[in-house]
This record gives sequence, C-alpha cells and structure tokens, in this order.
Amino acid sequence: MRKLFLQRVLSTVPAWVAAAALSGCAVVPPGPELDRLTADIVKASFRSEATAKVERLVQDDANRACSAADVAGKPLDDNLAAAIRAANLKTIRWPSDARYIGDWKEGEKIAQSGRGLTWTDPAGQPGGGNCYNCHQIDKKEISYGTLGPSLYNYGKNRGVADPYSEASRPVVQYTWGKIWNSRAYSACSHMPRIGHAGILNEAELRHVMGLLLDPTSPVNR
Amino acid sequence: MRAPFISAAVLVCLLCSAASWAQKTAAQGIAEYRAMLADGNPADLFEAKGEGLWKQPRGPKNASLAQCDLGKGPGVVKGAFVELPRYFADTRKVQDLESRLLSCMETLQGFNAADVARTPFGSGEQKQVTALAAFISAESRGMKFNLPNSSVEEKTLYEVGKRIFFMRAGTHDFSCASCHGEDDKRIRLQDLPNLTRSPGAGAGFGAWPAYRVSNGQMWGMQLRLNDCYRQQRFPYPLFGSDATIALGMYLGVNAKGGESIAPAIKR
Repeated sequence: MRKLFLQRVLSTVPAWVAAAALSGCAVVPPGPELDRLTADIVKASFRSEATAKVERLVQDDANRACSAADVAGKPLDDNLAAAIRAANLKTIRWPSDARYIGDWKEGEKIAQSGRGLTWTDPAGQPGGGNCYNCHQIDKKEISYGTLGPSLYNYGKNRGVADPYSEASRPVVQYTWGKIWNSRAYSACSHMPRIGHAGILNEAELRHVMGLLLDPTSPVNR
Repeated sequence: MRAPFISAAVLVCLLCSAASWAQKTAAQGIAEYRAMLADGNPADLFEAKGEGLWKQPRGPKNASLAQCDLGKGPGVVKGAFVELPRYFADTRKVQDLESRLLSCMETLQGFNAADVARTPFGSGEQKQVTALAAFISAESRGMKFNLPNSSVEEKTLYEVGKRIFFMRAGTHDFSCASCHGEDDKRIRLQDLPNLTRSPGAGAGFGAWPAYRVSNGQMWGMQLRLNDCYRQQRFPYPLFGSDATIALGMYLGVNAKGGESIAPAIKR
C-alpha cells in the first residue's frame, strides 16, 4: 500500500520540477511533461455549466492525435491517419430505410441555424447545423463563412440529376457519410462530426442532404 | 440614453451602405461602419470610469490602486498593458491584466479576489474590473506588444497555451485554431484573425478590452475568451484560470510588434 502511494505521489510531481530544483537552474520542461501539465491545467480551469459538462474536455483518440499534430505543425503519420479514418467510418449510421433525401426548405433552415449545445442553449431544443458559418450554400445568402469550401452547386457539380438514381448513389452516400462523420474521409478534418456527435438527428440530416443534392434546391438551380 | 444613440448610428450606417452596396464588398462596408462608430467609441466612458476607480480609495481597507504593480513597478500604468501577461514574483504566478487587478484589489484594498472571480461578468466588482482594464489598456494605446517571456514560468505557460489553443474537444471537435489558425478566413461575414502569428495575433489580442456594439457591452479579454469557449461548446472557463492565462501568454507573445488599439470598438 505504502509503496503504491509513494509511486503515485512521485508520478504526479513533474520530473522537470525535481530536476530543476536539484540543479538550481530552471528550464522549460520537455514535451511530454508539458502535455501532462497542460492536462492538469485544463482540468483545473473549467467547470460544468448547464448542458456543457466538463466531460466534454475528454478527447477521443482522433482529437488527441490531431491536436498533437497541430501543435507540432506536422501532418499525421499515414498509418495513424488511415486508422482514424477506418475507426470513424465504422461509426456512420446509414439511413435504415435508405432514404437519403429530405425537404431542402427544412434543410435551409437547419443550415442557417447556429443554435444548440452551448451552455446558454436550453436542453432538448432542436439545434442547427451551423453550415453557413463556414460554407457558401444558397447563393442568395451573402452572409456565409469561408472556413470550409463553397457548397453552391454541390449536386450539380457532381452530376447529380436524380439523387434517387443508381448513378448518383456513390455521391449521395459519400455526402451522408461526410456529414455524419467527416473524419471517416479526412482524419483531422475541422468539420464537426454532425451525426456522430448528435448535433443533428437522422431526419434533420436528410433535410440538409436535400438542400445539397435535390435538383430543385436553390443550391443546384 | 446610450442605446438610442447606437441604434441611430447603426441605422445611418445601414442607409449609407445600402446606397453604395453595389460598389463595395461586405467587408469594406463593415470597415466603414466601424470607422464611423470609432469616432464616438463609448469605450471612452469606461476609460474615464476606470481612471476614477484607479485613484479612488475603495474596499475594506479604503485604499486606492495607485500603488498596484502591473509589472513595471508600483503605480506605473503606461506601457504595462502591452507587456501582459507576465510573471509576478509576489504572487509567484503568471498573471494577465484582469487576474493581476484582482491581486491588487485583494492586497491593497482588502477585497476577496476569489469572490470577485466568481462574480458574474457585468455585475458587482466585475464591472469595476472591466472599467479598470479599459483605462489601463488605453494608457498603452499605440504602443507595440512586447511581453517579456523571459522567465521559465512564462516560457512554460506559453507552451501550455499553445497546446490549449490547438486542443480539439467538445461536441463539435472545435479548438481555438478551428477559427483562428489560418489567414483570411471568415465566420459568416466576420473576419477572423489568425492568432498563431503576427499580424493577426496583434490585431485580435490587441483589440480587447473592447466595446461591443451588438450588445452595448464593454468586454475584457477574460469575457472574450469565455464567449469563444461558449461558442466552441466547451464547458465554462473559470475567471482568471491558468488555462485562460496560458492562452493570453500564447496570443500575447504571438502579437509581438503588433500595435495595441485597445479599448477598441467591435461589431
């Protein structure tokens, strides 16, 4: 028992502090110690507020690996990137009845809305997709962001004349998968994992699909 | 009284920009709108209030803040803002402007710093801290950011701040870098400064405290970071917490050479 306790105490005292104290010359600790120090500081610096609980600070493997790559300023190792894509691909829930396309008018409303999941948003109310924050979509909307690519003419540019046709199937499925979990296709994508994280439900996602792929949607006219 | 004035200004601007919409991009229109508003930046009022608060005897000890050491010696205000956050030997901590003010309010005036830190933004002593920050930042207007970043504590916290800046988490997997990691990006029509280097870091970091026209409020850097984290879908960052100060170190050091325009006026 005593030995275990000591080990725990010793492991929590950063080695660099001890080294610095011994040598009398303080140095910036090496990377792994900085990672540990950062984790401790993050843990002590936030509290839960409404629906935004501290559990949200816990990173999954992809977020941990992508954050570390960003800090290093280097892309992920190819094998790790492939593993993250594969793991995320498995999480995609395809529409049970193979209905991919909803009402583009509803999709437009969802794309416009930036509501949901902040500590000031009431729990249980339908949230938005935040799509226009980062993407151009309907050309009539001039207030769009540029963090993501333009989605104007999304279906048209990909030759989707009939989203229900066999020929359109690969594009339609990819689009569903990309919105459900963007990391299935790009390991460190900056796009939220809309379906996977429960930001939109299946019915809402279908409407956004309509906005992007329905030939009668303003996106494709 | 202030709200009608602002609405009138907004209306005038909407009319003027509508008239010449065709010749202008949205960003140019917004820049003009800001320039017009900056002519009468209500932050002036907060600066004046903050200056009064700095000199006025207050708190349980009925003392002023005139002997507060913001890093350049007791009572030196000019130039202090562009060197914060920095390490303070008396508290043995790296502190930003707002957390340092709390320390001075506790030691000099007898306030309880932890109580003030827990007070919601915009109420009680928090309001005074914001006004003081407006005054202190204004005294460095036009000066260039030059954080010392020389002690091991500062250098370590810079490295921590960098890691926090790139930390992806929450329901949307956002990090600070999701929006502030590249040049020339926008959310909707709002230009986003690249905070990983100069000049973006100077333009972003060096504008706060700022008066926000959209809600008629004066915001310090702590509230600016707090609202970023709200929109990131993160949990609530504690006022003056080490994570917020580490971020301040990262942004402030990256802002080196950038000119401070705080307290600025924002959308």
